[in-house]
This record gives sequence, C-alpha cells and structure tokens, in this order.
Amino acid sequence: MAEKKEALFSKKNRKLMTDPLDGANPISIQVLGICSALAITVQIEQAFVMSVSVLAVMIFGNVIVSAMRNLIPSRIRIIVQLVVVAALVILVNELLKAFLPDVSEKLSVFVGLIITNCIIMGRLEAFALGNKIWPSLLDGFGNAIGYAWILVAIAFFRELFGSGKIWGFQIIPESFYELGYMNNNMMILPPMALITVALIIWAQRSRNKDLIEEN
Amino acid sequence: MAIDKNSNGYTFSFAIVMVVVVGTLLAVASQGLKTRQDKNATDKKMISILSAINVEATRDNAQEMYDKYVVDSKIIAGKDLSAEAFDVDIKKEFRDKKLAATDRNYPLYICEKDSNKYYVIPVIGTGLWGPIWGFVALESDYSTIYGATFDHKTETPGLGAEIKYASYSDQYTGETVADTSGVFQPIIVVKDGSGSGLNSKVDGITGGTITSKGVEEMTTRTLGVYVNYFNTLN
Repeated sequence: MAEKKEALFSKKNRKLMTDPLDGANPISIQVLGICSALAITVQIEQAFVMSVSVLAVMIFGNVIVSAMRNLIPSRIRIIVQLVVVAALVILVNELLKAFLPDVSEKLSVFVGLIITNCIIMGRLEAFALGNKIWPSLLDGFGNAIGYAWILVAIAFFRELFGSGKIWGFQIIPESFYELGYMNNNMMILPPMALITVALIIWAQRSRNKDLIEEN
Repeated sequence: MAIDKNSNGYTFSFAIVMVVVVGTLLAVASQGLKTRQDKNATDKKMISILSAINVEATRDNAQEMYDKYVVDSKIIAGKDLSAEAFDVDIKKEFRDKKLAATDRNYPLYICEKDSNKYYVIPVIGTGLWGPIWGFVALESDYSTIYGATFDHKTETPGLGAEIKYASYSDQYTGETVADTSGVFQPIIVVKDGSGSGLNSKVDGITGGTITSKGVEEMTTRTLGVYVNYFNTLN
C-alpha cells in the first residue's frame, strides 16, 4: 500500500462540505435549483421540509451513483442517474406516507420537484460519477445544506413581510395592522423570490470580491 | 475477459437489470407499506369529518371519536344506495370521466354532538393544480352551515393552499344553503371584500382565485344535490 490513507475529515474533505455553503453555493453562485427556490419559499416550514427531503435524496443519490460509477455505461448515465433519483424520491414518499402521514401531506407538492432539482443531477453528474463514496457523501451533504440555508433565508423574508409570520406564528403584532401596516402581497408572489435571491447574491459578492465576474 | 462497457450488449443488460431491480424494490415497498398507508388515509378521513363538526381528533383516537360522534351514514343519491357510505371514494368517482354525474354516489354522515344532529356532506372538486375536497356540516335545519373544512392536494402554499386554514373555512360557518322555502342558494366566492357577514358570500383568497372558484364550484354542484334530498325529507 503505497498510498497513504486519507483521514475521514481531512482538509480536502472538509472543503467539500464547506465550499457549497458560500463560495460554491449551488443556488447563489452556480444558480442551480432556482426553480424550487422560487416555488416553495412562501413559508419557512415548507422550505425546511423540502430542504430535509433534498438532503436525504442528495446524500443517498450521491452514494449510490458513486458506488456504481465503474459499472454505469456512459451512454445511458443520465438515464441511470434519473432512475436512481426518481426511485429514491418515490421510496422516501412511500415511507413518509406510511410513517409520517402529516409530513407527507405537506410535502406532496414538492416530491415531484425534487426529481427535477438540477442540483441533484448536477452533483451526480459532476461529482459522484468520478469520486469515491465518502467524498461523494460529504459533497452531497454540503450541497444540500448550501441549498437549504438559502431556501430558509428566502422563506424567512417572504413569510415575514408577506404574511407577517415566521413558521406560521404571527410575528408582526396586531397593533401594527391597526396603525395601517399591511402585509406585502408582492412578497408572496414568485418575482419577489427572485429579487430576494438577487439581494443575497449581491450581499455575498460584495463581501467576497473573488466571486465577482470580470465583466 | 474484460467487459466492454460501451458495447450495446452491456448497455442493454445494465438497463434491463436496473429497471428490474428498481421496479421490484418499489413494488415491494409499495405493497409492504400499503396497509399502514390505507389506515392513515382512513384516519385522516375520519379526522376531517369530525373537524367539520368542530371535534378535534388525532390519528390516535380517530376511530374511537368517529364511533362516538358519527351515529349513521348513508348514500342519499347515486348508483348504489346500499353501499357503505364511508367506503365510497368520491374522488375516484369524480375523476371517472365515464361515470355520469347522476351515477356518482353521494354519501352523508349523520353526527350527533351535545344531542344536536349535524349532517356532514363531503365535497370534491378541482383547484388550480389538482383535486380539492372538503366536508361541510349542516345543522338540523338542513340549511345553516355549522362548520366546513377544506383540503387540497397540490395547491400553491400561501395562495390557493390557504383554503385548508380556518381563516378561510370559518367564513362558511353560519351561512345558509337553502332559503326558508327550501330553495338551494349557492355560496359565492367574491373578490370585492363583501364576503364578511352572512350573505351567501365568502371572500376569496388573494392570488388564489382559481382555487377559490374551485371551492365555489364544488360546493355549488354538490350541496344542491343534498338540498334536494333534504327537501324530500320535509
């Protein structure tokens, strides 16, 4: 054994997890998975449930594709990835329906969206297909968390200003409404999600100048 | 001998094995979990019926509470009047294009709470993205709405999906679906904010017009049938 065994959480492996949180964030930097970021960030709870589901599918998908990477014929690799993701999503949905029916009801809309989430396909294609199982797991975890925090952040602003609530609880007091404050219905509509994402991207790039493109 | 992974034979074999494995896995999972899922669906239906008469049940005590409050159930119109009302899948019948509207079965749940009788009517319709449904409870005058609950499968959260919350469904409480001579009067969903008060109108949901109109359509279509039935009782 000439090769020295790499530590489980070596610097390189840690980077796999931390990069997607900021500098290589799937939503704000790579602009993947924007579709779901717009669709389901009206309320924090839904954004959270979606994030957890994506996390599960992402990790298992990455691990399974990585385990099969030497067997998958390259000509049908995209189909194979799709089948893996779709099977996982259906499995997760069936399990939720049986054991957590209330969560499953909330999730129903979004299950279909997970299958088409570009982040998952993107990571399978770009990372899991060419890397060992453990780094793939970390990569999946990192990207899902990177996706999750943006989603929850957007949902936070949209729910707060759009319905005056956080996680379904009224935050803006009744007296504000009596003084003439109104919820901004614009926040509930998809365009404001896009603008909120843009504000996050703006903040991120003004903090980290390396991310700004040349022209 | 090394296998050529780019050969057609390998590609086809891989695809076939993959489909068989995934198919089997999903079929096993689906069948294995079916009993639990069916029980969850039954519990949920009982909880919804009970919530129309303002009885809070949980998944743990759904059956017990259902037995306690629902004293009778029957089918008041449709093809098979002798069927078990609870087992009628109105969603399936509604979506069955081949089934004429008059052949659909219309179940009615008769509940008793604090020695008052309530009549719970299931409704089913179409929202923006998928099915919407609900239960409307009438008081013993067969006209005043005692409570209503709506739910949906895939309406937009924050917009159409708001029909499932009390802020929307409570507007139905106290409205009447028949005038004093028993003529059916539909509950209309309006946009101009005139829905508060008891005037056969409720306010729709901003940004959820198609879902709100779907509720209007399904309550109008279904409650009419029941009002006709109640008129024959009087």
